[in-house]
Amino acid sequence: MSATICDSAAEAVAGIEDGSTILVGGFGMAGMPVELVDALIEQGAKDLTVVSNNAGNGDTGLAALLAKGRVRKMVCSFPRQSDSWVFDGLYRAGKIELDLVPQGNLAERMRAAGAGIGAFFCPTGAGTSLAEGKEVREIDGRTYVLEYPIRGDVALIGAHVSDRMGNLVYRKTARNFGPVMATAAKLVIAQVSEVVDTGRLDPEAIVTPSIYVDRVVAV
Amino acid sequence: MSLDKHAMAELIANDIPRGAYVNLGIGQPTLVADHLPADSGVVLHTENGMLNMGPAATGDQIDPDLMNAGKIPVTELPGSSYFHHADSFAMMRGGHLDVCVLGAFQVSAAGDLANWHTGEPEAIPAVGGAMDLAIGAKSVFVMMTLFAKDGSAKLVEKCSYPLTGVGCVDRVYTDHATFLITPDGVVVRETFGISFDELAARVPVKLLAPAR
Repeated sequence: MSATICDSAAEAVAGIEDGSTILVGGFGMAGMPVELVDALIEQGAKDLTVVSNNAGNGDTGLAALLAKGRVRKMVCSFPRQSDSWVFDGLYRAGKIELDLVPQGNLAERMRAAGAGIGAFFCPTGAGTSLAEGKEVREIDGRTYVLEYPIRGDVALIGAHVSDRMGNLVYRKTARNFGPVMATAAKLVIAQVSEVVDTGRLDPEAIVTPSIYVDRVVAV
Repeated sequence: MSLDKHAMAELIANDIPRGAYVNLGIGQPTLVADHLPADSGVVLHTENGMLNMGPAATGDQIDPDLMNAGKIPVTELPGSSYFHHADSFAMMRGGHLDVCVLGAFQVSAAGDLANWHTGEPEAIPAVGGAMDLAIGAKSVFVMMTLFAKDGSAKLVEKCSYPLTGVGCVDRVYTDHATFLITPDGVVVRETFGISFDELAARVPVKLLAPAR
């Protein structure tokens, strides 16, 4: 089924349930679906697990969702930044759980979820504290760590342009986690700067094909 | 005389093979880009999804959709390409990246790297792409000062900080010397403003003189 083109960000995030795992695109603010996250704050879902590279910047977007106390657990690679004071405060106060995942593993574990891979052996982190308690295997003389997929109930991603079917193109380094997250969640919601008529996008340039996308909103 | 960070960056830049695909870590390693010879043909990779990254953007060039891994606005060059995060890290892990240059808290004689976490209880851990880069690039160069603020050497027999990667470092560029981590041990390639004997006295690792 093709994507639904929504009239508002509120319509796009309707029905997200308490306790959901939400994949949130973006690397810093590039590709961050700020309007969708703002709509999620209004929508009110709580007790969320959020998977995103960072744990919010400044006081808007993901940081605002954290500040409202809606997030139980953050799965990310790099929470600590110069402007991550919201997360820092919650973490130091013991009000949020942190699952720290190396950035490439974060991406590949979501890729695995989207590609139907049950688990995979990865060399990243072997012999470090982040691999403690995980199954390891020697393959051709190298140590690999068993990593499991990360699946989302919902993915919120920021893309550049969509057509009316939900085919997506991205812009520059704002692409980052979007295409991977779009494959890894049951409900995929994209915010874009423009929705164009189907047929207007060059099929050779489409990065996320419409099969992955459920809802689109232009913001 | 010992080297300042710009002289270290220049030394590293001149050691990077022509045409190499290179990732420069956040912080001091980014200085290496400023010293690459104009005709080096080096292609810079940034893990947030770009190859052939150009210099930092200024003024009207600044585009919030175009930044490097340190979230600094950068520019495109002819031949730039974009890709998503899983591809970007597959590039590293798959052995396609020739060199990465990383900062470090400590490096061990066996090439173990510690650069992501001090392990202090107050510190909020953040690993980013450090572990993926450490095990992924074909050659891992470390750029760091040889001595910590308290005077202790950062080249050690065994890292006391939490590890980023095991046996992954190939070379250590410091202000006082360049070290090669080899199967035979740690070879001092060159020294700057310090004799080999002085260095051997201050660094708690068995050092080998360069082969003549």
